[in-house]
Amino acid sequence: MAQTTKNASSVQRAPAIVVALFILPAFALFAAVLLYPMASALGYSLFEWRGGTNLVRFNWFDNFVVLFTEHPFVEQMPRAFLHNIAIFAGTLVLQNSAGLFLAVQLHRLGPVRRLFQVLYTTPYLVSPLVVGYLWTLLLSPTFGPVNAALDALGLDSLAVSWLGEPATALPVLILVSVWQWIGFPVLLYGAALGAIPPELNDAASVDGAGGWRRFRHVTLPLLTPVIGTVSILTFIGAMEMFTLPYAFGGATGSPAGATDVLSVLFFRVSFQSGASNALGVSSALATLLFLFILGGALLGRRVIRAQEEKLS
Amino acid sequence: MTLTLDTVERAPGGATAPARRRRGRWNAQAVVITTVLWLYAAVCVLPLLTMILNSFRTHLQIATDPWPIPTDPTLENYVSAWADASFSRYALNSILITVSSVAISTAVSLPAAYALARWRFRGRDALEGLFMSGLLIPFMLAILPMFYLMDWLRLIDSPLSLILIYSANGIPFSVFVLVSFFRQLPGELEEAAFLDGGNHFTVFLRVMVPLVRPAVATVVVFRFVPIWNDFLMPLVMLRSRDNYTLGVGLTTFFGEYQNDWASLFAGLVITTLPLLVLFILATRQIIQGLTAGIGK
Repeated sequence: MAQTTKNASSVQRAPAIVVALFILPAFALFAAVLLYPMASALGYSLFEWRGGTNLVRFNWFDNFVVLFTEHPFVEQMPRAFLHNIAIFAGTLVLQNSAGLFLAVQLHRLGPVRRLFQVLYTTPYLVSPLVVGYLWTLLLSPTFGPVNAALDALGLDSLAVSWLGEPATALPVLILVSVWQWIGFPVLLYGAALGAIPPELNDAASVDGAGGWRRFRHVTLPLLTPVIGTVSILTFIGAMEMFTLPYAFGGATGSPAGATDVLSVLFFRVSFQSGASNALGVSSALATLLFLFILGGALLGRRVIRAQEEKLS
Repeated sequence: MTLTLDTVERAPGGATAPARRRRGRWNAQAVVITTVLWLYAAVCVLPLLTMILNSFRTHLQIATDPWPIPTDPTLENYVSAWADASFSRYALNSILITVSSVAISTAVSLPAAYALARWRFRGRDALEGLFMSGLLIPFMLAILPMFYLMDWLRLIDSPLSLILIYSANGIPFSVFVLVSFFRQLPGELEEAAFLDGGNHFTVFLRVMVPLVRPAVATVVVFRFVPIWNDFLMPLVMLRSRDNYTLGVGLTTFFGEYQNDWASLFAGLVITTLPLLVLFILATRQIIQGLTAGIGK
C-alpha cells in the first residue's frame, strides 16, 4: 500500500492501443492454449463421446458412475488411489522426520551447510525419468551395485529383485521418490530456520530450556508455516505423480499393478484403452483427481492455519 | 574430518557459537551428526556418480564387476547412444523445443508484465488475476483438451505443439516473477527516459528490460528445468522417432538396448548433462530461487 502511494506520481499511463500491443501476445497465447482447453476440460466429463471427439450426447454423471461400477476401473482406481496416498504418506513422514533432522543439523553447521544443501538438492533437479531408469539399473538383481553391496555386507537374504516383486516395488518407488524430492524440504526448512532470530533461542536458554524443549516450543512453532506449505506441495506432487512410476512400471504399473498410480491409469484410459468413450471416462477421472487435489489442498491450508493459531 | 576443522575455523561466523560453548559434551555427538550428514550426502551423490562412471565402462565390465570403477575408460557407449541410437537427434529436438519455449514465453511475458506493473488501465487487476490463475491449474486436467486442440490444428507429432504448450504454460510464472520486479523499479527512470525523447517502446526495451535482467535469468532457469525434464507431454504429442525428445527417446532406448547396460548409462548421462551444466553455472540462482520468500 505504502509503495503504491509513493510511486503513484510515477505510475505511467499509456494509450489503449499501446497497452493492447504489450499485453495481447501473452494473453492470446495464454487464453488459446491454456485457458480455453482448461475450461472445456471440465465439460468433457459430462458427455458421451465416440472414437475421439465425436459428441454423442450429454449423459450427466454417467462417466463418473462407470468409474465406480465397471471393470476395470472399479478394481484399478482404488488400488491406484491407495498407492498415491501411500506415496504421499511415506514422503510426508520421512521429510518431516529425517528431512527436518537434516535441516536442523545443517543449520548448526555454519557456512559449510551450502555444500550439503547443493549435494542434497542435486537429485531434485534430475529428471524423474532418468532417476527411475537409473534406480532400475542400480537395483538390478543381475548386475546392480545395491544388491552387490548387500551381498558384501553378508545380507544376501535382502538382495531380492526389488522392482520385480509386487511386495517391494511400491516401497522402493516411495523411497526413490523421497530420495529425489527431500532436498527441497531440507532447503526450505533451512531457509526458515535461518529466518528465526537467534535472540529467541537465547532467551529460551536463559529461561533454562534445554535443547529438545527449545526445539519443541521455539523452533517447531516457527517452522509450522513452511512445513505446511511443503506438505501441500508434497500432496499435489504425490497425487499427480506420473513419470517415476512410469519409468519403474510402464503404462501397466508392473509388477502386477504394484506401481500403478492415478496419472498412469489416466494415461492408460486416455491413450491406450482404445475404448470408444475414452474421452468421457478419462475426463471424469481427471476431474475427480482435480477436485480431490483442490479439496485436499484447501483442507490442508485450514489445518495449518488452525495449527498456527494454536501454537502462536 | 576436514569438515570439523572447517566448522571450528569458521565458528566466529556465529551459527556454531552454542556448539563451541559446550565443546566437551558435544564433541562425540557432533562427530556422529557430521558422519550422518556425510553419509546422506553420499546417498545423494553416489547413484549419480555411478551413472557417470558406468557410462565409461564396457558392458562386460559392468556385468562382471558391480563396483563402478572405470579401470579402462571407453567412449564407445557414447558413440553407440549418440550416433546409433539417434540421441543426437533427440538432443537436438529437446534443445530446440526447450530453448524456443523459454524464449517465447519470456518474450511475450516481458511486455505484459511491464504493462501490468507500470501502467494504469481498466481491468488491470482482473487480467493479472487471470494470468495468476494459470499457476493453479493442474496439468492432468488440461492434457486431453490440449491433445484435441493440437489434433485440430494438425500439430500432433510436431515439435510446434510442445513449443506452443510450454510457452503458454510458462506465462503465468514468468508474468508473476517479472511483475514483482518491474514494480520495484523507481518511476524516475522512465520519466527521465521520456524527457530524453523516448517513447513507450524504446523506454521499455532500452531502459526497463535491461534493469530486470536478474529476474529474466530466474525465469529462464526455472522454466528451462521443468520443460527439459517433462516427459508426459512429448509422450502424448509425438509419434515418429525423428521428433522424439530425450525423454521419449530414452524410453524407446531402454526397450531396445535393455541388454546393453553400459550404453543405457551413457543415455542417462546425455539426458542429464545439460541440466548438470546449468546447475553448476547457476547454483546460487537455483538455491535462492527455490527458497525465495522464506526468510533470509
